[in-house]
Amino acid sequence: MTESLLYFTQQVINGLTVGSTYALIAIGYTMVYGIIGMINFAHGEVYMIGTYLSFIVIAGLTMLGLENLPFILLTALIVSMMVAGAYGFTIERVAYRPVRGSKRLIALISAIGMSIFLQNYMRLAQGPRDIAMPGQIQGGWSWTLDGNLLNLSYMQVIIFVVTVISMWSLHLFISRSRMGRACRACAQDQGMTNLLGIDTNQIIAVTFVIGAALAAVAGFLLGLYYGVVNPMIGFIAGLKAFTAAVLGGIGSLPGAMLGGLILGVTESMTAAYFSTEYKDVVAFSLLVLILLFKPTGILGKPEVEKI
Amino acid sequence: MADTLLVVRDLSMRFGGLLAVNGVSLTVDERQIVSVIGPNGAGKTTVFNCISGFYTPTEGEVVFQGKAMHKLPGHKIAREGMVRTFQNIRLFKEMTVLENLLVAQHMHAERNLLKGLLLTKNFRIKEQELVERAAFWLERVGLLDFANREAGTLAYGQQRRLEIARCMVTQPKLLMLDEPAAGLNPKETAELNALIRELCHQHQVSVLLIEHDMKLVMDISDQIVVINQGAPLATGTPEEIQRNPDVIKAYLGEE
Amino acid sequence: MQPSFMPAAIAAGVTFILGASVMGIRLQPAGISLEVTSAPTHVYLGLIAASLFVFILQYFRLTERFSRLLKSSQESKVELPAFLRTQQQQRLWTMLAIGALLLFPVIGSRGWIDLATLTLIYVMLGLGLNIVVGLAGLLDLGYVGFYAVGAYAYALLNTYFGFGFWEALPIAGALAALFGFLLGFPVLRLRGDYLAIVTLGFGEIIRILLNNWTEITGGPNGISQIPKPTLFGLEFNRRAAEDALGTFHEFFGIKYSPEYKVIFLYLLALILVLITVYVIRRLIRMPIGRAWEALREDEIACRSLGLNPTMIKLSAFTLGASFAGFAGAFFAARQGFINPESFTFIESAIILAIVVLGGMGSQLGVILAAVAMTILPELAREFNEYRMLLFGLIMVLMMIWRPQGLLPMKRPHMELKRG
Repeated sequence: MTESLLYFTQQVINGLTVGSTYALIAIGYTMVYGIIGMINFAHGEVYMIGTYLSFIVIAGLTMLGLENLPFILLTALIVSMMVAGAYGFTIERVAYRPVRGSKRLIALISAIGMSIFLQNYMRLAQGPRDIAMPGQIQGGWSWTLDGNLLNLSYMQVIIFVVTVISMWSLHLFISRSRMGRACRACAQDQGMTNLLGIDTNQIIAVTFVIGAALAAVAGFLLGLYYGVVNPMIGFIAGLKAFTAAVLGGIGSLPGAMLGGLILGVTESMTAAYFSTEYKDVVAFSLLVLILLFKPTGILGKPEVEKI
Repeated sequence: MADTLLVVRDLSMRFGGLLAVNGVSLTVDERQIVSVIGPNGAGKTTVFNCISGFYTPTEGEVVFQGKAMHKLPGHKIAREGMVRTFQNIRLFKEMTVLENLLVAQHMHAERNLLKGLLLTKNFRIKEQELVERAAFWLERVGLLDFANREAGTLAYGQQRRLEIARCMVTQPKLLMLDEPAAGLNPKETAELNALIRELCHQHQVSVLLIEHDMKLVMDISDQIVVINQGAPLATGTPEEIQRNPDVIKAYLGEE
Repeated sequence: MQPSFMPAAIAAGVTFILGASVMGIRLQPAGISLEVTSAPTHVYLGLIAASLFVFILQYFRLTERFSRLLKSSQESKVELPAFLRTQQQQRLWTMLAIGALLLFPVIGSRGWIDLATLTLIYVMLGLGLNIVVGLAGLLDLGYVGFYAVGAYAYALLNTYFGFGFWEALPIAGALAALFGFLLGFPVLRLRGDYLAIVTLGFGEIIRILLNNWTEITGGPNGISQIPKPTLFGLEFNRRAAEDALGTFHEFFGIKYSPEYKVIFLYLLALILVLITVYVIRRLIRMPIGRAWEALREDEIACRSLGLNPTMIKLSAFTLGASFAGFAGAFFAARQGFINPESFTFIESAIILAIVVLGGMGSQLGVILAAVAMTILPELAREFNEYRMLLFGLIMVLMMIWRPQGLLPMKRPHMELKRG
């Protein structure tokens, strides 16, 4: 009895760990969707770039002989957030802004083109193979109950803490700051916001930068957690995060958080009780099922069609 | 007395907390022109969207030729013979003017895939009929010379007329026009006036109209329904409406 | 417009930082740890050149000028060359082109014929996807899934039930169509973006299933020894199988040559493509094809005219999928061996790039784009490495500057009589 219960608890912990990083990526989808109503297909690629960047910084600083691990990790996090933010900005400027007024299909193809471009750009830059990094943060707590083990690694705790801090900062930014208010106004009515003298282009750019920076946080965390990166990871992670965003209700920030956690736990349960190979299948099937029965997601508002 | 074509009873539409339309009723008889007027934001277009099935009304019923319409999806309502235009013209912009009219006649077309693929005689005859009907209506609205132009390249007034022609080729019973005179110059409005009369009197179509141009409305309407803030204000002939104190108050404000 | 220094300098700086941060520093595994090395000098020189290029673009606002130039060139209609104006001339040239394609095996070497066959498969896939994306305006990112369904349908029907190519071909098409129907039914009611992402997921699911359902599909090892198509029961092998009618060379009393098989496959692919072209050409001029385009233009207007958007989308999606199914069955027959690696997202991306480059809706455009995209990598091997990078770039640039494609669809022209 305790064995199965412990096993279950362990899966919940593992699921929440991965799920909270999905939530971080999902926020980028949901924010962009909320403001310009399109799916940023290249978002998963930004996450992938974020992972590479943090690997580069960590490996570089370690080679320089630095030994202060918190300093190394913090630098890696900040650098990858900033550079990924610049990537997000550039992606919007190059691939999305010129096609913003066009038909939806055109913007979608441009976005998917950008995604393919970035994936292959990284293949050329860093090679197509897996690159592994030795674990930076090892160890954790474990509890024994009737001879069964329950593990909670330090890394998992760090993932929770960093995710919560990021989410909280984002929440404060959106609800308190001037820029955040402008973002919310923009999501409501872009034309009107523009008339009020707010530069909507700037707001959209900020949205992309924030989304990209959060994806880089996720890239940093999952990179440390799994210790592997390759140019293809953005593809699946992007799909998963998008599923999370839709599950929670696209356009809703708490929804993205909730969707990410639910998806993470569902996946880890599938892997634990059914089969690891099919966990991606379950995630996508979940996406189709939500779209089928509740396309607005758990916390999303229904859209009224404008005629 | 002509037969009743469309009956709308106690129509209400609620969006969240907002009651956009509240208990609107109207009837359209055969070969009648009925106008819906009211200040901006009165809920006129919402009434249209409910009647044509784009919204499902929260309450009330829409009965067309004795059949309840308010639970059917939009495309089924159109097939019953009730078609509409849009306030912000919706044409198939990258298709030619003629193609716009061919698409609209899908109910009269030969839709058997095999016949079309093998280009049978039957298919060709049916297609020829569609083209002829399209040509007939293009001539009526003065667009015959533009048949092979892309619809998006037409002038504004021409696009409005094409949208009406596109409705007419479906051979409807009731034509619903949402602000057809918006953005037209006086000459074009006069032409529109004549066209609507012709549709009604020569082609046996009833017309339900939303319009802000009072001269046009008073001139061609048999019945006028006034809506204010979603609620019905008055119904009557143009003369009655012009003399109605409530209407005058709503339009001109309190003395 | 005034040249502006600061924005241009910033753009150039950002370009350099973005490039240098990923390309300038290489991750290098060293034992169990990870090291970084600086990229070779030419990478940095390249980055500097790229930054300068961006600076010049921005400083003189060349992108804006370029797009304005393109806009004005688009307004003056692209005229067909003089020899293609009338219908008879078009028919004549089409006949000549088909004749040349039929005679190609006589002059082409075996390698070229093989490549041409592969190109024809892509033509077929491009034409099929063009129905969905170009005509109906639905972004299908999992098209390769239907291709896989077709290929595995033939391979499995043959392995387990002994079906020949000709019996399996219609089943493969029908099965792919059925998959399209089942997938499209729930999703097509929703907005276009969802369709894109769900089809993307579908393509992946199919691949994962094929990879893991080892008992049936052979997993990553795939299925081999898939027989080639026969000519009315005649095989192209040196010796006929036991239950076969006989072999081609014995029947006609000629010497055995492996070339016959290659030529036969090429001609078969050509016939399949010609049928596809004819069918789609007819569809465009039929009520269903017009409805697809109308749907792409304005879904709300479609509903107001009594067209059922869900059914129209479903028909485009299902028919498009069936062409992928046919192409898949042929692919399996040609290769004789299939595994899930042939059906990755990259394939979907290539097919989409073909449609986008060729001109959405335009058949000739798609055919030319398919030829260019399969032959170019063969001509320049080095190009292969950069192929997908370029495809991605092409998609973005085409959408910005020429969304209708290099050879946009020509609208049908009809003379009307006055009543």
